[in-house]
Amino acid sequence: MSEAKKLAIIATKGTLDWAYPPFILASTAAALGYDVQVFFTFYGLQLLRKKLDLKVSPLGNPGMPMKMPFGPKWFKGINWNIPNLVQSLVPGYEALATTLMKQTVKNNGVASIPDLRELCREAEVKFIACQMTVELFGFEHSDFIDGLEFGGAATFFEFAGESDICLFI
Amino acid sequence: MADKELDARGLNCPLPILRTKKMLNELTGGQTLRVVATDPGAVKDFQAFAKQTGNELVESAEANGEYTFVLKKKA
Repeated sequence: MSEAKKLAIIATKGTLDWAYPPFILASTAAALGYDVQVFFTFYGLQLLRKKLDLKVSPLGNPGMPMKMPFGPKWFKGINWNIPNLVQSLVPGYEALATTLMKQTVKNNGVASIPDLRELCREAEVKFIACQMTVELFGFEHSDFIDGLEFGGAATFFEFAGESDICLFI
Repeated sequence: MADKELDARGLNCPLPILRTKKMLNELTGGQTLRVVATDPGAVKDFQAFAKQTGNELVESAEANGEYTFVLKKKA
């Protein structure tokens, strides 16, 4: 048996912002020598799709600063406090916020989600997709990247029960 | 002189660590890797990386907003 520490993560969120924690922690732990498994369930399944189309929504999220990733410094510093009502009515607001976040990520030298996911694969992080939610949401196994294992809660506990760290994200 | 060099300038967490780990895999025990980074968080991260992986951090320096680390691969 391997002596390595074990990290078990449950990834339940399917938005661009919440895609970061599981992939960052999984890839970093793998680099530190951990055995890592990530169990993707409910909206977290979006992170495993072949065609990633993750979005971020500032609507109803008062913690998210809305700043422009371009222009002079004074302009970048403005926090665009748009009321929820306006956000919900303006078509394409979510798409705009997503574009801006992707640009900010790029400007800051932060990895993209496809890159981080690939780094996890390279580091032999094991991905498990929750079979129950795959069916619940009407996904096909072919919607997801290759090399996944499909399983249920008991599959998760087999590894999580032996883990040193267990996170629900 | 280090045996290998890694330019991690402009990269943010956790990329400097991930690239470092990847490059260390190409070295043999006792060889050194020099990393240059601009992420201020890298200072603590490289200490933590060294401590947890057993690769020795033989040098950690800062000059003009650039951080230089030299790691010696575990034998």
